[in-house]
Amino acid sequence: MSENIVEFKNVSKWYGEGENRTEVLSNINLTIKEGEFLAIVGFTGSGKTTLINLISGLLEPDEGEVLFKGKPIKGTSHERGIIFQNYSLLPWLNVFQNVALAVKEVHPDWSQEQITEHTERFIEMVHLSPAKNKLPKELSGGMRQRVSVARALSMDPEMLLMDEPLGALDALTRGVLQEEILRIWSANRRTALLITNDVDEGVFMADRIIPLNPGPNATLGPEYMIELDRPRDKKALNSDPKFKEVRTAILNYLVDLGEAAKLEKKAEFILPDYKPMMPNSRSFPFFRRKKGRA
Amino acid sequence: MSDIGISTKAMGKPGATFSPMKVLKGLLPKIDSKAILKNALISLASIVLFVLLWHLGANYLFNIEATAKIEKARTEQGAEAAAQMEACILSGDVSCQPNTLPSPQQVIVAAQNLWADHLSISAKKIAFKAKVATTNADRKAQGLKPIKYTGRPSFIDQILTSIKTVFAGFLLAMFIAIPIGIITGLNENLKTAFNWLIQIFKPVSPVVWLLLVFMIVKTLIRDPELDKSFIIAAISVGLCAMWATLVNTSLGVSSVKTDYMNVAKVLQLSLGKKIFKIIIPSSIPLIFTGLRITVSVAWMVLIAIELLAQSPGLGSFVWEEFQNGANDSNAKIIVAMFVIGIIGFLLDRVMLFVQQSVSFETQ
Repeated sequence: MSENIVEFKNVSKWYGEGENRTEVLSNINLTIKEGEFLAIVGFTGSGKTTLINLISGLLEPDEGEVLFKGKPIKGTSHERGIIFQNYSLLPWLNVFQNVALAVKEVHPDWSQEQITEHTERFIEMVHLSPAKNKLPKELSGGMRQRVSVARALSMDPEMLLMDEPLGALDALTRGVLQEEILRIWSANRRTALLITNDVDEGVFMADRIIPLNPGPNATLGPEYMIELDRPRDKKALNSDPKFKEVRTAILNYLVDLGEAAKLEKKAEFILPDYKPMMPNSRSFPFFRRKKGRA
Repeated sequence: MSDIGISTKAMGKPGATFSPMKVLKGLLPKIDSKAILKNALISLASIVLFVLLWHLGANYLFNIEATAKIEKARTEQGAEAAAQMEACILSGDVSCQPNTLPSPQQVIVAAQNLWADHLSISAKKIAFKAKVATTNADRKAQGLKPIKYTGRPSFIDQILTSIKTVFAGFLLAMFIAIPIGIITGLNENLKTAFNWLIQIFKPVSPVVWLLLVFMIVKTLIRDPELDKSFIIAAISVGLCAMWATLVNTSLGVSSVKTDYMNVAKVLQLSLGKKIFKIIIPSSIPLIFTGLRITVSVAWMVLIAIELLAQSPGLGSFVWEEFQNGANDSNAKIIVAMFVIGIIGFLLDRVMLFVQQSVSFETQ
């Protein structure tokens, strides 16, 4: 049970080459245990998406290695399902077809009935059965993300990667979907990695939270264990001293980071050595205005 | 739900009394009859103004031409001939009418004449069919080809031929441009290989395309039974019009959103599935935008190509009328101009409808 499913070994990732090289992640070491729910919180642009893409296989590290079940990750795999930040539904397919496309890929040997049955089960799980013949453009943001959740789960992945899945939703829909994802997750307790910028969301959903220090050169901060009993009740949590304590600790850490980053930024500004150009000092005499006309 | 919402809204207003009419008004989509009437009136007024200007212009040109004719008669043949010419013009005799821009009335008369001509030719065709019915049946039994009506085509026949040519050209353009567009969009090397060809041949004039096609088709098709001029016209139209579709398809295929490509990667779709389930569907809106442009271009170049290829159709109709120089030729040319414009507009509307119905983006 407590085996390491994902291991980051001195992983660095940069974009561009030479002088334009920006290192997004530097020297990341991280282990994710099988069956745990890990949340990584950080500011926007701190390299969270890069981190999750390294696990999904959409990106490869430039230094170090990422292991999945002891083997280096090469390309994507059906074992790691991903819920994208911007839903990434195919707009020309309806809800059913979007999910069925994934089911067909994972189970190429299934009959049409099996595929239909499996697909419908997962659409029902996210309460979208009445909308299963609708196109994504006819759905609200929350409904679209549910389809995305259903698509990722229908592949029955060993690990579920969530890249700010609820970032674009309003607070109420967010809360509902958080509970739904937890409900579905607790049914079979697969490994889950949640990337978020919302500390409350992380504390409510995860077993362990690691803040990501803002990039470039992002590194991981200290980990915080969330020792709250499951199933968690949102209302009760708000007054739970343990919840408050860990939430405040993480928030303080992040705020301090933000202040530090600001100070650092301030020092970086160097004004270019230009002098203002005065009138009539242009180097081309024929551009000069004639006297008396000005 | 909605019933309650609307009635409370109506009742919530201070002093508003609840009435079924209000509910009805709220439920039905509001039709702004005033705006529609206004637009119709503006369009009508502009049409009237256009016809009026046309009429005045035609009158003015008629007078210039008539004066010139009379003066010419005076200088060449003397005052008597000039007076005769003036009388002749005033009497409305067809033999001495000035040849200039026709007035709206003349165009309407020409349109009516063309329609009457069509009716008489159709009647002739039917009569001819009845006449040769038994002979054709015999010929069929003997394995010979039936005798066809070879008389002059009517204006409506010419329109139908033109539409047929454009349709054939459009299909050809579609079958050449979309596959090449997809291939060049998918493969960077092929794109480089095709790019110079596309860039150089795209701006080539329809006339040159026609000559090129003529050179090839003339050599390849030796069967006198085949309608060579139709084939040449259709191929030239297709070649002239396909570029918009080609470029748009290529662009659509090469610029599929990264989101969709990520989905393809995560689902581990095979290459074939990636192309047919992700890349082509996502570029459909751009392909259809290209097809819409192709239809408009095809219709526009068709007239010029028919004119040169001597393929029957509106283009050759216009050219023949111009060469003909009959009294109502100019009016017939103007009729053809309106018909060409209206059909082009309708084709564009049809394509716009198709384009909108395949678009999956939010309107």
